[in-house]
Formats: sequence, structure tokens, C-alpha cells
Amino acid sequence: MADVTLLARLRAALPDSVAPSHAAHADALLPARTLQLQARDWATAAAALVKLGARFSALWIDHGAQPWQGLALFADGGDYLLLRAELDSANPALPSLTPHFAGAARGERGWHDLLGVVFVGHPDPRRWLRHQAWGEDDYPLAAPTPAPAHTPADTTYPFTRVAGGAAHEVAVGPIHAGIIEPGHFRFATVGERALQLELRLGYVHRGVQRIACGRDAAGLLRLAARVSGDSAVAHAWAAAMALEQAAGIAPPSRALTLRGVLAERERVANHLGDAAGIANDVGFSFAHVQFGALRERWQRRSAELFGHRLLFDVLTPGGVRVDVDAAAIASLRADHTALRAVLRPLIDIVLDHPSLDDRLVGTGVLDAADARALGCLGYVARASGQDLDARRDAPYAPYDRLGVRVPVYTQGDVVARLRVRLDEIGIALDLLDALLADLPTGATMAAWATPAGGGTGLGLVEGWRGETVAYVRLDALGRVACYAPRDPGVLNWPALERLLPGNIIPDFPVCNKSINGSYAGHDL
Amino acid sequence: MLRILNRIARTGNLTEPLDTSTSLEALGIAVRRTLHAHFAGSLAIRHIDAGSCNGCELEVQALGNPYYDLERFGIHFVASPRHADALLVTGVVTRHMQAALLDAWQAMAEPHLLIAAGNCACDGGEFGCSYASLGAVENVLPVDVRIPGCPPTPAVLLRGLLAALGRTR
Repeated sequence: MADVTLLARLRAALPDSVAPSHAAHADALLPARTLQLQARDWATAAAALVKLGARFSALWIDHGAQPWQGLALFADGGDYLLLRAELDSANPALPSLTPHFAGAARGERGWHDLLGVVFVGHPDPRRWLRHQAWGEDDYPLAAPTPAPAHTPADTTYPFTRVAGGAAHEVAVGPIHAGIIEPGHFRFATVGERALQLELRLGYVHRGVQRIACGRDAAGLLRLAARVSGDSAVAHAWAAAMALEQAAGIAPPSRALTLRGVLAERERVANHLGDAAGIANDVGFSFAHVQFGALRERWQRRSAELFGHRLLFDVLTPGGVRVDVDAAAIASLRADHTALRAVLRPLIDIVLDHPSLDDRLVGTGVLDAADARALGCLGYVARASGQDLDARRDAPYAPYDRLGVRVPVYTQGDVVARLRVRLDEIGIALDLLDALLADLPTGATMAAWATPAGGGTGLGLVEGWRGETVAYVRLDALGRVACYAPRDPGVLNWPALERLLPGNIIPDFPVCNKSINGSYAGHDL
Repeated sequence: MLRILNRIARTGNLTEPLDTSTSLEALGIAVRRTLHAHFAGSLAIRHIDAGSCNGCELEVQALGNPYYDLERFGIHFVASPRHADALLVTGVVTRHMQAALLDAWQAMAEPHLLIAAGNCACDGGEFGCSYASLGAVENVLPVDVRIPGCPPTPAVLLRGLLAALGRTR
């Protein structure tokens, strides 16, 4: 962590009239330090944060607060800063962060569609999460909206067009070939080469933020596990952390260590699955089958010892629902040893296979500058020279007593993103051994108690896909008044648009798989 | 190449026999009708995520791994609904996916089956009906086979798919 915090540097950069020096409860939402601003000073602060080298992490509107609050999370390494401003109830508006942080663009459009908050100065006023299920002047998170009996396809969305004799458009989705989530990709191409890609997401918008309202803590965690099923642990942990902060509850250290075990198991499972998927997308069925089999065995062990193949509903407010005995630890450690032994020669084959190199090396290059400008996270960032990982930079238990190695590559291509994943499998196995070797004794759960008078909390964990954030407000009865999860895919999806131009359309699937943004986690 | 062949030889055959020890009823699988007898030898499936969290997708994908090897039963996934005998729908039906789902259903040749996989598709699951969601698939289209679970495991999915072919009870 920097000697001088981002908060202190921002205060020094802003005139006193903008950033009052007294800071009530600046540490209430750790790991972030909070700076309360006037809404009109929002963009001034953002401009100063660009100069200070901060990255944009998340933006949400706390619609459970009276009046509503805008919150924007920034970071410099593991030094997190949360800007907060109250909105005008009659005319909710905030200056747009997008001119300063490109990664905020679609988030702001989405919050406008849900709540009607106007982001003044936003360069792109098009709808984003809204298709045709509600009207332009309806804001379903702010007030009930009339639901149509039949929702037509959103055929009038104004895509950015490319004109010219040889240019043509290719429209893909929402239903894709294969067993994957829905979304729309609009390519502009000349011949086989892509000039431009524009994403259209929001097809799996299920209304997560609305469904969350009124739930109790346990109900919120069930929902959080299903924000993005491949990140059930990451989202549930972030939500649990936020709930526990709001309620002032500290889970026992055995529970926190087991959460670490679950998160690393989720990381290994998904990286194995993605390695299989990347191989499949270039027709290398040997590696597809091998990694797929390893993932299957890993999931079966999760079901046997933790009760669920994808680790749904294993976390609970205040702790975890599962425990491991000596026999379980022994079989897990044997698994880790066996997986290492199988992976070493397999990785050698994958990384030293000329026909695979031909497809993966130099494909889908994301420049370091783009990764930085967009605020990319996880393996996408780390393959493009961004050395960040919340487990190391803003360590939370149990990672605060472990050293987390962070693999970083600079090539930014598909193979670099694959290498980060493969390295992270090995690192996760080491972490798992370390966590299990030093498992604290004691309870696995702290009793949940509704905080008197409600409360707010921030959760921040490094999921397998990257930094995963959740903000929760509980009302006086302990019910959820606002749940704002931020999946890392939100900041990684735009990377696909930056890296694709110049690549051929047949390489799109492997480019997409190498990013592997979550549609569900984005659409909410 | 030798390394690959060596690895393949050492991996051996991982594919497992079908476990039919649990009844469909106990698994919660309900079959309203099975596919026309002419199709009983094979089933071409078009999968549609109509509003899933992607947990179901992971388990449907796992059907292709060597442990389950779905294709040995003559069941395969196809890219176009025009090539499909059955639509396998996961997730609630979001309002934003309603039109796409109906288009895919209408593009299919008859006879065709609709299989709802996962709690969301079967009964709305954790998301239910809202301004954004129409809930269970049956609120939009007639469902022939229900395979519950959150998500259903590959083994349960496989039993449900074979039940749709009338090959297991």
C-alpha cells in the first residue's frame, strides 16, 4: 500500500472547497477510504484521479439510501478510494465519469436505464441494459413498470455503422452456436478481417438488483451465488463480506480459511475449463478432452467434500456451511499432488505445439494501454502487463497470511491469457496446500445478527475472473435495501472490442473464450 | 506427437456406464411426451440460455467430457434450431430473450420437443417473475421434459435426455 493514500493525494490535488478536510467515517467501507463530495464536483475529482494514475473499478447508485447516493470505486494498487455523493431527489444526476475513465461508459448507461439517473456529459446516450421490456421513461429499479405480455426483439438499437464499398456487417446472436450464454456481436468486416466489433449485451438481465431488495442475509447469498454461476464463490464471498461489514460480524478464522479454499477451488475449476475451451476453439481436441476430464474430476471432489459441483450455497452469512476433517484434507492434498503431476507434461505439450502456436500466438492482442484505460481485471489485465491482484494488493483473510504470487505477461495475446491461467492453476494448488496445512481450529460460522438501524458494507475479493465487488445496504429490519454486485466481466468485455480489429472472424471464438466475460454477471 | 500419444494411452478410457439406479421420479425428472419413434435412435439438441446464471451451461457442457461422452447415446448438440429435434432451455425466460426463444422454437421442424433444464427453467428458481423475467419456460412455451436441479448434474441431465427418447424409465 502506498505511503500516502490515494485519498490524501486526491485531497491535496483538489481545492478545499471541493474536498472538505474533515472526513466523517472515511474508513466505514474498508478496504476503501471514502470521500464524500458534492455531486457537482464528481467529474473534477475524476479528472484529478486520472492524473494520479488511479484505475476505475466500479460505479453504482445506492437507491436504498434517502436521498440516493452515487458511489464510485477507484484504486491504485491495493489502495482503494470510494467517492460518494448524494443525488438530488427531484432530478437525480451526476457528472459522467466516462470522459475520464472509458470503463465507466456502459455502467453509467445501465444505471440510467434502471433508475433514470442522468450522467451529464456522457458521450454515448444510447440505451444499454434496456431493450424493449420497458419504456424509455420507465425506470424499473426506481418504480414498478408495466410489463408487456410479449417483449419484441430490440431491432432498432442504433449500432455504430461502418460504411464503404468493401465493408459489410456480420450480426451474431443473441443465440450463439454452442452451449454458451446469449449476447449480440456486431462485426464490421472487410473480407475476413474485422474492422470493428460492437457488443450488445443485456439479454440475460434478470433484475438481480430488484430481486435482492427485501431479502434477508441468507437469501441475498443464495442470489449472489447465481449472479454468475461460474463465480458462485467469488460473488457470494463479496456479498458475505459486505453483509458482515454492515452487521459488524467477524467470521471465525477457520471459516475465512475455508472460504479461501473454496475460492481457489473455483479458480482451478474455471481455469481448467477455459484451457479446455481455448483448445476446443482452435480444434485441438486432445487438450480439450484432457483439461475437460481434469475439470470433471475436480468438480466431483467439490461435490463429495463441499456438497456442490460448482460450490453454490456453501458460503453463509457469518461463515461457511461446510467443514473438512483430516481424511478430507488428505484426499484434497492427494488431488493437488496428482493434478500437478498430470498438468506438467500437459502444459508442456500445449505450450510447445506449433499448430497451436499458429492459432494462439499474436492472436487477439490487447495493448497494455488499452487494458489500463479500460480498467481490465484478472487474467485479461495480467496478460497485458497489468500487475494487479487484490489477494496480494489489498490482502484480506486468509490471504493476509500468505504470499500470493501473481503471474504477469506483456504480450497481451490469447496465449498470454492462457499462460496466466495455467500459471494460476499451479499457484492456486500451492495456496490450497498452504491453507489446508494451516487450517485454524474452531467454529466455521459466527451467529448472524441483524444490525440495529441497518448499515452498509463493501465486499471485495479476487475471484477467478478478477476483482469482484459487492455493495450492500441493509434497512433497519435487516433486509436488503440495495445490492450492487460488480462482476469483473463488466470491465473486461470492452477489451474484446479493442483487441479484435485486424483479426479474422474465425479467430473470434478463441479471442472471446480467452477473455471469457460473464454475460450473466454483466447483465444482472 | 509421441508425448500426445503417450498421454492418451496413459489416460485410458474414462467413459462411465450409465447409472440408472435412481428412478426418474426420485430425480424429479418429468416426461410429458417422448420424441416420435422415428427419432428414437438419435436426438439433435439446440441449447438456448434464456436467462441462466451460466451454472446450467457449465453442466450441459460437461456432458461432452469423456466421463459422460453424450454422443455415444446418439445425442448431439447442433448449431441451428432447424437441425434440432429438441430445444434444451436453461434459465428463466428473460423478457429480453423472449423473442429470440420463440423465433428458435418456430424455426424447428416438427415433431420437436421442449426440454426445460434447471430449476429456473422448470419453476423460475431463484429469479422467478419480474419486470425483467417471465419465470419458468412453461410460461412461454409448452414443456415436454423437466430436469430440475440448480444446476442439474451431468448425470441427471443425461438421464433426462434419455428419458425424452423413451430409453430410460
